Amino acid sequence: MSTPQSLAGPTTDRPTGENLLEVRGLQKHFPLRQGIIFQRQIGAVRAVDGIDFSVGPAESLGLVGESGCGKSTTGRLITRLLEPTGGSVVFDGEDITHRPPGRMLQARRNLQMIFQDPYSSLNPRHTVGTIIETPMRLNGINPPQGHKRRAQELLETVGLNPEHYNRYPNEFSGGQRQRIGIARALALRPKLIVADEPVSALDVSIQAQVVNLLQDLQREFGIAFVFIAHDLAVVRHFSERVAVMYLGKIVEVADRESLYTEPRHPYTHALLSAVPEADPDATERRERIRLAGDVPSPIDPPSGCRFRTRCWKAQDKCATEEPRLVSVEGSPAGHLTACHFPEEPTVAAREEDIVLDPALS
Amino acid sequence: MSVQTSPQPADVTPAPAPFLDVRDLRVHFPTEDGLVKSVDGVSFTLEKGSTLGIVGESGSGKSVTSLALLGLHKGTRAQVSGEIRLEGRELVALPEAEMRALRGRTVSMIFQDPLSALHPFFTVGSQIAEAYRVHHKVTRKEARDRAVEMLKRVGIPQPERRVRDYPHQFSGGMRQRAMIAMSLVCDPALLIADEPTTALDVTVQAQILDLIRDLQEEFGSAVVIITHDLGVVSDIADDILVMYGGRRIEYGTTREVLKQPQHPYTWGLLQSMPHLTGDVGARLNPIPGTPPSLINLPDGCSFHPRCAYKGWAPEGRCTVERPELRLVPGTAGHLAACHLSDEAKHEIRDGVRKGA
Amino acid sequence: MFRYLIRRLLAAAVIMLVITTITFFIFFALPSDPALLACGKTCSPSRLAEIKHSLGLDRSYLTQYWEFFKGLFIGRDFGDQSVRIHCGAPCLGVSFQTDTPVLTTLLQDFPADLSLGVGAAVAFLVLGVGLGTVAAVRRGRAADKAAVGLALFGVSVQIYFIGLLLLYLFVDKFQILPASGYTPITEDPAGWFKGLVLPWITLVIVYLAMYTRLTRSSMLEVFAEDYMRTARAKGLPAATVVLKHGLRAAITPIITIFGMDLGSLIGGSAVITESVFGINGIGKLAVDSVQNSDLPVILGTTLFAATFVVLANVVVDLVYGLVDPRVRLA
Repeated sequence: MSTPQSLAGPTTDRPTGENLLEVRGLQKHFPLRQGIIFQRQIGAVRAVDGIDFSVGPAESLGLVGESGCGKSTTGRLITRLLEPTGGSVVFDGEDITHRPPGRMLQARRNLQMIFQDPYSSLNPRHTVGTIIETPMRLNGINPPQGHKRRAQELLETVGLNPEHYNRYPNEFSGGQRQRIGIARALALRPKLIVADEPVSALDVSIQAQVVNLLQDLQREFGIAFVFIAHDLAVVRHFSERVAVMYLGKIVEVADRESLYTEPRHPYTHALLSAVPEADPDATERRERIRLAGDVPSPIDPPSGCRFRTRCWKAQDKCATEEPRLVSVEGSPAGHLTACHFPEEPTVAAREEDIVLDPALS
Repeated sequence: MSVQTSPQPADVTPAPAPFLDVRDLRVHFPTEDGLVKSVDGVSFTLEKGSTLGIVGESGSGKSVTSLALLGLHKGTRAQVSGEIRLEGRELVALPEAEMRALRGRTVSMIFQDPLSALHPFFTVGSQIAEAYRVHHKVTRKEARDRAVEMLKRVGIPQPERRVRDYPHQFSGGMRQRAMIAMSLVCDPALLIADEPTTALDVTVQAQILDLIRDLQEEFGSAVVIITHDLGVVSDIADDILVMYGGRRIEYGTTREVLKQPQHPYTWGLLQSMPHLTGDVGARLNPIPGTPPSLINLPDGCSFHPRCAYKGWAPEGRCTVERPELRLVPGTAGHLAACHLSDEAKHEIRDGVRKGA
Repeated sequence: MFRYLIRRLLAAAVIMLVITTITFFIFFALPSDPALLACGKTCSPSRLAEIKHSLGLDRSYLTQYWEFFKGLFIGRDFGDQSVRIHCGAPCLGVSFQTDTPVLTTLLQDFPADLSLGVGAAVAFLVLGVGLGTVAAVRRGRAADKAAVGLALFGVSVQIYFIGLLLLYLFVDKFQILPASGYTPITEDPAGWFKGLVLPWITLVIVYLAMYTRLTRSSMLEVFAEDYMRTARAKGLPAATVVLKHGLRAAITPIITIFGMDLGSLIGGSAVITESVFGINGIGKLAVDSVQNSDLPVILGTTLFAATFVVLANVVVDLVYGLVDPRVRLA
């Protein structure tokens, strides 16, 4: 059932050789087992089910979607915290898809991750200095100024006081901890950082501080990002290109301008329409789409187009034939949509709202 | 639209009395480190059929305020003072037994995380029925029928079957619907929703917000929604109260607060948020620093250590004198607690626009 | 749920097998020789060999193990032409000392442990959960401090101390209770009760401490849960909030510990209490058998006790499933 390579062509018009990260047909199925003595597999959670994308040097790709769409799993597959079930991950010209952890050192230097929860991702028993120095020591990097000085420089880079070198993570606020996590990721001067919901646990004002910091670092050091978040506005702000995921598939990918103003996939429309904006006038200008129910289980995803069970345009074809991620007529180059019946490229209010939820009027 | 001004708690109540009238509410918690003033002199009013959004970051006192409305601090170490008048009845001094009779029936609450707010060992139906039976003399069967009816109303498919399910068998959105069903089962006059959509996905959030709005229209209740998300209040609230460090810093209609914000903190919140439209290159303008300690609030304006414009106020007043809420000229009830003159604000706003 | 039960029972059987094997081979690793003990002071080598043969100790360990194992399922016969002892399945062997089938002895002593264990366990569970709940509700106040103090007292004193103190007070000084040990309930219910009151109290004092503290901490944890706030927000009376919503959740970790305690008490772990109060229970049987190198009895008591602990575990898992729907429906 999985011939992901055939599902989508290249997601960018850039020649493949120039990309820093090339992901092809990436799959992760978590097996479900059952049995009295001998466990046999009775199914699988298809967390990521054949996705293709690429990220160029110093480029930022945003991955958005709701819980269970597979965006975080994707992040963990790229950084090889998880073993892919299928497909390939090529980073910096090397195939790291099935590289054993012991041989990941070189790649991992250039490929770092920032996690969502600044509370659990830092070892509480280590000082900030140790946390930042450990990746350097593990990789045998000896900066000319010494580990301690380098760590202090990094603390300064992320906007913390270098004198906090000997403190422990619990002495810091959530925003500061996230900065420590960023300093750790920067310690190896990576080429790519996978940031998994880096700001969603933070207060609004702190969120903006961290987003700005990441943006500065990206520009200053030319780091490429895979920026994973559920907040569409934050992703738009941070990433030039954005991919929308639903139940383990990329349903739409485009430059941000095109994706946010001329979306073609009904799910992207629904997602954008659902975001509440802090502008009382915006609601009237924008289309109103209210889906029914929640995202179906990734254990037994709908056949054909996975969004069809919640889609107002679904027809028989959607159940039998999986739509390919392709350029739809009327979309600019590089804007790819996986839909048999794409929407008009606008987010303006419709004559009639689309309300599928039976409890809503 | 219903902003009632009550700049000072000593004001004479205009007749007729508002449905909910909170005056100078204070909730303090004695701790080993000192007195934590989580809520320190908060006043607002609310009419039936309208919605107040209380906005603030963590530690602003918004959730503590909501618990005080339900009298849930009674019997704890918290020291509550001030007045909460609901339909003329004062709740702060009300004995626990009488307050209990109001809870769930006249005032009810929706909590943030429906998975942890519902008991994992009881069925959804029994939890809804229990909320009904505690206030109504009905048989188990009647209470169960009522639960099914409520589940149906909030859009749970196959309510007759799902009423026997446990919370963990529901999806996140369905759980919050069940929570809403439970809070509305006694047809309360006042509904408090504490971050009701924060734990939910964005498409589900939109459904739930619309549902709360629909039900409010249908039941005619007053709603207080507590949130950190200005987008959510913009979507659902008539009035907005912005809290900082346990105090009110701005209060007005949603349009006033979001379109003509008067307090530098509100400006900061709005400029910290990225948007779905507009210039993508625009840099976010975060509020520097972190929220204040509630034990030792800064002197003067508690926002001054993070405020970029304190130099604009005359004679360094911001660091010494706590600003009172003042009526914004030309409005019916838009209040802000800031020493900046209106001229200075205009100048700053123009500057920000030009600079952006 | 059914599959789950089967899996648990299979696992239990494996554990029992492992325990049997280990006990069996530890016995042979020990230096003492049961034949020598049985032979007495004036022991000739030929007599010793004779005894060894009649006890079956002259065969290889593996053969003995196999015989023992076979006996469990189909029973076996002991002795020679003169004396023949039949030991029906499940045969745990025949005591070297008394020539009685071990199972018979065990079943004889079992009612004492069952009475002692169940009676004490019910009492300390009810009292412990009650005290713990009160302590949690009144946290930081006098009632809490009293309960915690009581609990501390309970863990710090020793069984023989409490036991002897109680014996001195109630039997010697005030002469309210009889001195003798266990009377079967079928013979004399009042005597059964009188004989067990003091052992029960002793065990309750010792176990109460842990149950009070466990309940208190478990309750306090549950009090911090969001659903407890929801229960109050619904307008439920405080008692309903604590007893229905609170206790229901707080009791689950206690069930686990209780099951194991009950299992081991019934299986004879209250050996000190037994000996202080002169009750002939399985605990005492086990101690005696070790002193006498009475392999079949050692094996029998070990297996018997293990059976109850393992069974208790399975029962706990089932009860857990009944209490927590998340386990049941998983």
